[in-house]
Amino acid sequence: MSFINYSSREINCKIVYYGPGLCGKTTNLQHIYQKTNPDVKGKMISLATETERTLFFDFLPLALGEIRGFKTRFHLYTVPGQVFYDASRKLILKGVDGVVFVADSQIERMEANVESLDNLRVNLKEQGYDLGKVPYVIQYNKRDLPNAASLEELHRLCNPTGVPEFEACATTGQGVFETLKAVAKGVLADLKKMGGG
Amino acid sequence: MMESQLVMQQEDFDRVLAIIHKLVRAANAKGVFVVDKAGQLVGEAGEMQGIDSTSLASLTAGCVAATGGLAKIVGEAEFPIHFHQGMRDNLHMTLVGDRMILVVVFDERSSLGLVRLRVKKAGGELAKVFEDIQKKAETEAHRAGSPFAEITDDDIDNLFRD
Repeated sequence: MSFINYSSREINCKIVYYGPGLCGKTTNLQHIYQKTNPDVKGKMISLATETERTLFFDFLPLALGEIRGFKTRFHLYTVPGQVFYDASRKLILKGVDGVVFVADSQIERMEANVESLDNLRVNLKEQGYDLGKVPYVIQYNKRDLPNAASLEELHRLCNPTGVPEFEACATTGQGVFETLKAVAKGVLADLKKMGGG
Repeated sequence: MMESQLVMQQEDFDRVLAIIHKLVRAANAKGVFVVDKAGQLVGEAGEMQGIDSTSLASLTAGCVAATGGLAKIVGEAEFPIHFHQGMRDNLHMTLVGDRMILVVVFDERSSLGLVRLRVKKAGGELAKVFEDIQKKAETEAHRAGSPFAEITDDDIDNLFRD
């Protein structure tokens, strides 16, 4: 649910990074945080356990520039990926405008990817959203690992509807900004459609 | 169940600011913030305007969301009021309407009783403002004035040009 403030001429949108545990959601945000200029980013918040597993969410506010005189701000969130944090994942999806699904390319994590995708679909539905209608992109992370599954396999299992997909290695940054740009564009295009354009 | 876009015009924003500025004075508060449940900061007033209000908004929404989840587990619809007592400053959060949270930060210059009294009135006034905003958002006339009706694909692409 984007927030448009005509008084301050600001648009605020929410993007949520979703995916199974340890797939690279937090790493995506950390890379974005490290590589963006201080004047376009806010403070990154990470609510995590002592072992640095996301406990509730990570949060990173970004200012992407102006469009038609309106400052566009994107609030990036990640959810905790571990299975037993489902109650928390539902809460973070509230008011979402765009979703990035981060899939773990490792062959052993294929089942976890599919389960997490189903979980995303169900949790979005509970919030009143249809994954088929929300701006949504998929990132195949960890492409650098020797046990990475083929793109065909990942596409078949994780992207049957053919949404934009990106290869990535979040630890080096490969594909991170491409993914973010794609989902942000999707959110803005959706706003344009809603505006009657 | 999916919420509609929140669109705030100048007059709506002015009404919100007037209410929270009044609340700062009436409650002897250090700061007052209005946050939506998705974590967006809607307005702020008081002497705390230099703090990281973006993070405050996000964490407030997270806190309320988590507590809302707890409420459902124990059989409550929600916990509409939260109070956190600190060594020096205290935080009072209350739900306003369906989608807003009113946050008051106060110190020894005020009291919990005074804050609760003033928040009750201000909360009612804010709820009315957001009801009016919601009604306006649902009209065709409003949609016709949307800034996004005119944006082009080039406008969007330019945003991401390095």
